[in-house]
Amino acid sequence: MGTSARTATGSAARPVLALVPRLRGRVVSSLGVLLLLVVVFWLVENAVQNFDQFLLVTLNGVTNGSIYALVAIGYTLVYGILELINFAHGDVFSWGAMVSSTVALSWLGAKGGEAGFALFGSLVLTAVCAAAFCATLNMTVERIAYRPLRNAPRLAPLITAIGMSFVLSNLIAVFYGFDYVSTNPILPQGAIFHIGNQPYGWDKLIVLLVTFPALIGMTFVVQRTRWGKAMRATAQNRDAARLMGIDVDRAISFAFGLGGALAGIGGFVYLIYFTNARFDLGFRIGLFAFTAAVLGGIGNIAGAAIGGYLIGFIENYNSGLTWHALGPSWTESLVFILLILILVFRPHGLLGESLSTRS
Amino acid sequence: MTRVALPVRLRLPALSARTRRRVTIPVAAAVVVWLLLYPWLYTSYLSNTLTQWLPDTSTAFVILAFTVMGLGLNFVVGYAGLLDLGYVAFFASGSYVAGWLASQQFAGVTISLGGTAAKGTPGIHITPWLVILAAALFSAVLGVLIGIPTLRLRGDYLAIVTLGFGEIIPQFVNNGDNIAGHNITNGSFGMTGIDGLGFGNRLHSVFSFLPANFLNEIDSRWYYWTALALVAITIATSILLRDSRLGRAWVAIREDEDAAGAMGIPLMRTKTMAYLIGAFFGGAAGALITLQASATSPDAFVLQISIFVLSMVILGGMGNVWGVLVGGLVLAYVNYKGLYAIGNTFNSTFGTNVQVPEYANLIYGAAIVLFMLVRPEGLIPSARRRSELHEEEEEEREAEAAAHGEIGGTPA
Repeated sequence: MGTSARTATGSAARPVLALVPRLRGRVVSSLGVLLLLVVVFWLVENAVQNFDQFLLVTLNGVTNGSIYALVAIGYTLVYGILELINFAHGDVFSWGAMVSSTVALSWLGAKGGEAGFALFGSLVLTAVCAAAFCATLNMTVERIAYRPLRNAPRLAPLITAIGMSFVLSNLIAVFYGFDYVSTNPILPQGAIFHIGNQPYGWDKLIVLLVTFPALIGMTFVVQRTRWGKAMRATAQNRDAARLMGIDVDRAISFAFGLGGALAGIGGFVYLIYFTNARFDLGFRIGLFAFTAAVLGGIGNIAGAAIGGYLIGFIENYNSGLTWHALGPSWTESLVFILLILILVFRPHGLLGESLSTRS
Repeated sequence: MTRVALPVRLRLPALSARTRRRVTIPVAAAVVVWLLLYPWLYTSYLSNTLTQWLPDTSTAFVILAFTVMGLGLNFVVGYAGLLDLGYVAFFASGSYVAGWLASQQFAGVTISLGGTAAKGTPGIHITPWLVILAAALFSAVLGVLIGIPTLRLRGDYLAIVTLGFGEIIPQFVNNGDNIAGHNITNGSFGMTGIDGLGFGNRLHSVFSFLPANFLNEIDSRWYYWTALALVAITIATSILLRDSRLGRAWVAIREDEDAAGAMGIPLMRTKTMAYLIGAFFGGAAGALITLQASATSPDAFVLQISIFVLSMVILGGMGNVWGVLVGGLVLAYVNYKGLYAIGNTFNSTFGTNVQVPEYANLIYGAAIVLFMLVRPEGLIPSARRRSELHEEEEEEREAEAAAHGEIGGTPA
């Protein structure tokens, strides 16, 4: 009796049930469009009400977004090749900031006020040191914690990743203490030029001056060199790449090195711009950058950069705008809720995967 | 040859199991008696050199309460194989339910239902036993609410989403002093003056042997025993569920989600149940800790706690109740007593001033990495989990054996 009743309702309900996924998809996408319209209206209203503030916040968004973009690419490279969330990446970034502070302050004795060529030289040297250190660090992490687990269940390297994150951030505390490490503003003060009524200083400009060449250089390495080709091949199909004579372990190591170098440059830029850093800095930046990578479509390098800038805008619009913004105390929740929404409704992000073609 | 060899091979494990039982039962009985009598042993019978290394009763209470969290997380990580990096969210929710139902947070109303506060105190005051249950249920509901949208995600995405929830919920309680004008959580100050355990004045006036509240130092024993009872309940639930239909469904999902789904296991419902039960015990433990501490604050709910509880599960042995119990007791002991004791001894021996407890997180991080590399099945592994984690090696060994012709062909 129960069976017959079930089949009866089942056959009656089937046409309706078949509609549900399509209906659900339509509801979700129209809700998404509605949300986007609300956000656009909110931005326009804010811009109309207080344009100077809007401009300032936008400029800050570009600056912060550059840093997120630099870190997000490290996540996306590693995820594209290993399908592993490298939780330790954010802490590699903090090490970059810390090493930059050591190089700039102790070795080069930068106090601010140096002019011209000396300043340029010391900045370049600091950035190179930070990049080299973080590349080595990230490759070491991969060698110690991920390579032995390459064939283990998926959960295993994820757990060591979170363990390495703790080890790296607390090692900073061992060497640099638990308090903020701060530097003098090394760059020349004051505005170089004005955008609208907003002054634009060296501290903001240098972020872009460093980020754009780094991104272009990275794209060149990935797209045009043998190493980049080996890396992309490994990401597409590890076994096939091995059969073609590619040293897969070295290609993976190279991806970690490249991501680490960008994180190191990001740490350098962060320190120059904010002039302080702390041992647990990498947790927040790392999560934001990971959100950026997912937003752009994890595994997709251009997507990670775009996602980084989007997160930078979201953070600064939310905490800086005056008309109906939630305020800085909700920024993290906002970013994480965004992360959850993307993962649930559009797990391939805005641009989808392109470094790796696996779904 | 084979006929002789086979029974011998069969008898050997049976024999060892019996001897193992002969050892295990007395040892387990001794441990239970020791745990039950610990408050008396600590105050009356143990020498000073021992008590320097052993926790006092209140600290032992905290150790047990965190062990409950480890056992609760074991449902999620150990049984169902879902990596949850935001378990602290349930600690927080349990803690705040305790604050809502047993303090002056909502001073606009005066509700007393067997509460332990003095008569006529404003605010809601429910009997603490119900508060613990309510906190557990509330957390379980929260677990389901978090689970429904996220449990469809792949394992690594799930990990990062739970990490996000572990950050959102503390931020919510931190900002919760002004949700549309209502003060729900008292913001960054947290809640203070939360009632403790007890049976309430009304019950006490009828049954005088039931204390109205446990306010004396000696009464930390009562907290200790309550936590011990909660540990026992959690272990019993773990064992019952492990051997149930649900437990087998969890293992199936952990080993191969697609295969489990193809065999007709309802994936979402089964995974949500793991979340629900894990959250239930996390909330209960959180409420109990809050009732004892008599205060709660958003600063307490940090990622480090999620990782601390996760390391209990990993160190002890994912999926094995006894392993997680030992892992929980050991790690919580190390965190709340051991590191201080080690630090004190180290400093007095070498005349240094190293703040050993400050580096607790470094130690946990390193321990997690080391264990996953060297002994991923934990201190006391479950046989099943071990075989999963060493699948590769076993296959290699088998292949090697096959190559040498050891399988199938036996020497005449």
